[in-house]
Amino acid sequence: MLQFILKRLGLALLVALTVSFISFILLFLSGDPASALAGESATDQDVAAIRELYGFDRPMLVQYASWLFDALRGDFGESYYFRLPVASLLAERLQVTMLLGLCGISFALLTAVPLGVVAAIRPNSMIDRFALFLSVAGQALPSFWFGLILIVAFSIKLQWLPASGTATWKHFIMPTIVLGYYAMPAIMRLTRGGMLEVLSSDYIRTARAKGASEGRVMFKHALRNAIIPVVSLAAVQMGFMLGGSIVVESIFALHGAGYLAWESIARNDLPTVQALILVFSMFYIVFTFLADVLNAWLDPRMRAG
Amino acid sequence: MVMTTLPPTDDPLLEEIVGPTPGQRLRTRVFGHMGLIFGAGVLLILLVIAVFAPWLAPHDPYAQSLMDRMQPPVFLGGDWDHPLGTDHLGRDYLSRLIYGARVSLMIGVIAATISGIIGTAMGVAAGYFEGRVDAVVTFLINVRLAMPVVLVALAVVAVLGGSLQVVIVVLGLLLWDRFAVVMRASTLQVRRRDYVTAARAIGASTPRIIWSEIMPNIANNLIVVVTLEMAHAILLEAVLSFLGLGVQPPTPSWGLMVSEGKNMMLFEPWLVMIPGAVLFVLVLAINLMGDGLRDVTAPEDRS
Repeated sequence: MLQFILKRLGLALLVALTVSFISFILLFLSGDPASALAGESATDQDVAAIRELYGFDRPMLVQYASWLFDALRGDFGESYYFRLPVASLLAERLQVTMLLGLCGISFALLTAVPLGVVAAIRPNSMIDRFALFLSVAGQALPSFWFGLILIVAFSIKLQWLPASGTATWKHFIMPTIVLGYYAMPAIMRLTRGGMLEVLSSDYIRTARAKGASEGRVMFKHALRNAIIPVVSLAAVQMGFMLGGSIVVESIFALHGAGYLAWESIARNDLPTVQALILVFSMFYIVFTFLADVLNAWLDPRMRAG
Repeated sequence: MVMTTLPPTDDPLLEEIVGPTPGQRLRTRVFGHMGLIFGAGVLLILLVIAVFAPWLAPHDPYAQSLMDRMQPPVFLGGDWDHPLGTDHLGRDYLSRLIYGARVSLMIGVIAATISGIIGTAMGVAAGYFEGRVDAVVTFLINVRLAMPVVLVALAVVAVLGGSLQVVIVVLGLLLWDRFAVVMRASTLQVRRRDYVTAARAIGASTPRIIWSEIMPNIANNLIVVVTLEMAHAILLEAVLSFLGLGVQPPTPSWGLMVSEGKNMMLFEPWLVMIPGAVLFVLVLAINLMGDGLRDVTAPEDRS
């Protein structure tokens, strides 16, 4: 088990390093950050001075190495736009995004798992068909459009919920739904499939034969086993969700990391964009690593792989 | 005399001999599959609309007319000159939607082709050669999955400047992961089959084995992934354009139309509803077709 964890950890670190290198190159190739910083009215001397000041005249690998070592110490440089350390900017904005991500994944699990269980208990029933329809439609629904529909319905027409901001818990209802629905189809299908498989297994028959109540069979014996892969899928989905927060946060004007990413890209604020790409991919890497370890812990057969 | 000894017609053996041919069975399965019929039908209609856009569109999608701004669609009391109304610059909404189908389908087809070539090459190589090649490809897939697609695509498009070509290439270069994953798994399965061993035994070259023994047997999975990734690319283009960092105005992109209508959403929600609904129907149709193709080509995996 320890060997498995160490192997996966090494792989995760290598992936993180490669991602950081690729994102650095992508933005390095993006042209001259010095002239972008200096602004339109700057003279050639100004640009040259800024280039030297920020060290843009050094070779790319040297710049990458110095950026990486600073990043490892938690120093992501200074935002060109806000004139603040990127790290403190991120720390502040990530709180909103983390909260949103947790709400989103909870919403997805709390709706998709019961739906998947009911669909598996009564295959081909109306509920099963409805769940299937929801999952097919959900995958095709553009999140930005869904968000706007919710705003039209609940903020403009009914005036029940605020359309933007983060002041109260009510502000988080619509963003949670828009962020969470996207993970629902996969979780629902996996729960349904897992339950169908478990329900036809021998130990469920044994449990029934012993005279266990139907509720006990479902929850104590069946769901417990069917839920294992769902938990690790949820961890992976959580990593994806933080990436999806860009769209949701821009629609509902939630000032989290996703909104910051959108603003910074539009403003050509390279240090912030670089740090955000790294942080978002680190989240994904950490969550998939946790999912792998969880899987291996719960199911020893996985440890070989 | 012989007649009396014939087994009853529901005998599985007889079914095997005089029952429907595999081709007939495939046809029954295809036409018995509502999702596939609906998806393929809608996609075909939109394809025809996209190809014949210049003849079908009632107006020039770029022509502005400040006198006719924000005309409502017919079902909200507008007139038939602009069946779906006009936008904030007086451009005919129906014509822009029709031309928008071109943008979406072009993005879907070309981006899925680029990522399909990259991902299939990587996946088949990993599955066929295994060992180190497989380790490298698996690592690259992990790296790609760890990169947040929307964020990276936004950043790169912002740097290179938003245009249709840039968006297509960026999406094509980003969306190969599922091709690689599925093609790798399929190749691993197929390469152990007897016909591959037989081909190797008679001295067929590696490219030949891959091309004429492996590829035809993993093609059905490839087609399914192509449809999924087409839908994925179309949705992502709409997201990028919606966020203002994809296809640039005045190009008629559905995502951009939603974004432009957003400012007037308070009074004219249909400006947002119509292009979003069309986008939803297109992606739904492609996904239904993909699901249907998977069921029809591999009925044994349907459970």
